Amino acid sequence: MVDLSVRIGDLTLANPVMSASGTLSEGLGDVFDLSLLGAIVTKTITDDLREGNPPPRVAELRNATLFSIGIPSKGAAYFRENTVPFYQRYNAPIVASVSANTIEEFGALAAKISVPGVAAIEANVSCPNLKADGMAFGMDAQATREVVQSMTAATRLPIWVKLSPNVGNIAAIARAAEEGGASALVVANALLAMAIDIETRRPKVANLMGGITGPAVKPVLLRMAYQAAQAVQIPVIGCGGISSAEDAIEYMLAGASAVQVGTASFVSPNIMPRIIKGIEAYCERHGVSRIADLTGTMRKFDAEALAMRGSL
Amino acid sequence: MQMMKDRMEGVPACTFPVVEAPYPVISNDWVNGEYKLLVVEAEAAGLAARAGQFFHLACPPEGENDNFLRRPMSIHRIDRERGQLHFLYKVQGNGTRALATLQPGDTLDALGPVGQGFSLPAATQHVLMVGRGVGLATLAPLAQMAIAQGAKVTAVLSARSQALVMGRQVLEEAGASVHVVTDDNSDSDVVSLEGFIRRLHAASPVDFMATCGSNRLLMLLQKLSEEFGAAGQVALEQRMGCALGMCIACVRAFRKEPGAEALTYRRVCWEGPVFDMRETVAW
Repeated sequence: MVDLSVRIGDLTLANPVMSASGTLSEGLGDVFDLSLLGAIVTKTITDDLREGNPPPRVAELRNATLFSIGIPSKGAAYFRENTVPFYQRYNAPIVASVSANTIEEFGALAAKISVPGVAAIEANVSCPNLKADGMAFGMDAQATREVVQSMTAATRLPIWVKLSPNVGNIAAIARAAEEGGASALVVANALLAMAIDIETRRPKVANLMGGITGPAVKPVLLRMAYQAAQAVQIPVIGCGGISSAEDAIEYMLAGASAVQVGTASFVSPNIMPRIIKGIEAYCERHGVSRIADLTGTMRKFDAEALAMRGSL
Repeated sequence: MQMMKDRMEGVPACTFPVVEAPYPVISNDWVNGEYKLLVVEAEAAGLAARAGQFFHLACPPEGENDNFLRRPMSIHRIDRERGQLHFLYKVQGNGTRALATLQPGDTLDALGPVGQGFSLPAATQHVLMVGRGVGLATLAPLAQMAIAQGAKVTAVLSARSQALVMGRQVLEEAGASVHVVTDDNSDSDVVSLEGFIRRLHAASPVDFMATCGSNRLLMLLQKLSEEFGAAGQVALEQRMGCALGMCIACVRAFRKEPGAEALTYRRVCWEGPVFDMRETVAW
């Protein structure tokens, strides 16, 4: 028997596999029992009502997708009254992903959705800060720190911060989130990308730019999860292109305590239960009795030996 | 959210209506110069599909195209006696070109059935379905359902030419009376069709209309269904990510309420693909 449980701050998850925000809805419950998941991370909501971006919202790339959904939202009241009760039928902690236009609104929304049934709140800081020239909160260390401070002041629930990968120094942003009081980091959101149909000369998504997700970007996001894990003491949750147990284990070896699976669920909606089984089989094969022991156990090449070889 | 509750009611917690499974390919033959008919062997979960629902098909990788995302495909025929599902598709893009390579003995990786199908009021007497091109593929199972419910079905098949008319046999076998119109024959235009439908309605009142695949047919049926006081539904398409309502990519604009001016985005895969014509915005 392998102990698959992991601790994310004060929260214990039955296993390290959870949905990435925006890639799970009630429809997945028509395919498998969502109680199997380590956690259910819900689609980002804002308190203001939003319709989202005009279609086309998705384009297929090689081993990847380009999505430009915007953040369609029915607001905090709808979330409290409908979304939370729906997922409470499952035996997995609910993590509520939120976004807002200002630092103050992040705090206010965190307070509004701190209701029984919500186990943690994930801050989606990849949206534009309307009070700072529209630059995403997550691109700026100070703004990221203040978002987390605003939220931790407003709720007793743990705050996870989903970092933006569209930054030069992910370690600096990771440290800022930790200083602000985050309980965990999710590394990371989607890389900003674009694609053009050369026959019609139109962008492949109406909003011009979107987020590239899927296996093609995994090595980039794995590198960022590693850098973030090196920079902070709080748990890092790996996210980016994970579509197999091997991918999930790779993130854990790089320093992640748990993983989020997104685009792979669109391709194969049963992928998360398969990943959980695959992780267990890997642990059995490698004599690992606690999955949590895998975190950060990548064995680097010996620095001195490398230096000697480099001088040959 | 009411829809969430409706979906869960009466469904035991241990059963999952949507299945991701390999379906053995029985045949995959050309029906004309543009379309192929894919027939697969299906088990109970697949055969539980209702008219208007669809499957999300994994298309095999082909050359440089890995066909990363699945492709939504309407069901042309649900044959519960033989345990088969039929898909009628136009070979035109990377995904359908790859589907066209499937041979008997191969397996089709399909997810489904998914989506909200047609809902026919119990007292329906006379269903008129008008399909253009492959739009008909979606309407054929509705004929089967309507006739089983005791309604009469008139199916109008519209195509560029006689050679591209498809599904006549499936519809006639189901018991529908079929009327073919073609561009070649100059009787597929909206004016001719409107005349035909008015004569049909005068002889045998139509109380339910359905269409798929053509904007001008949709607009014609929207006008006539309102005038006749008939219910109407339309099956729509959109580029999709997941087909389970999760990614929210496949939206189209709809009227918030029938006849309302205010629009809202709805997911074709989850709230649809079959919608009330009065909420549907022509494109």
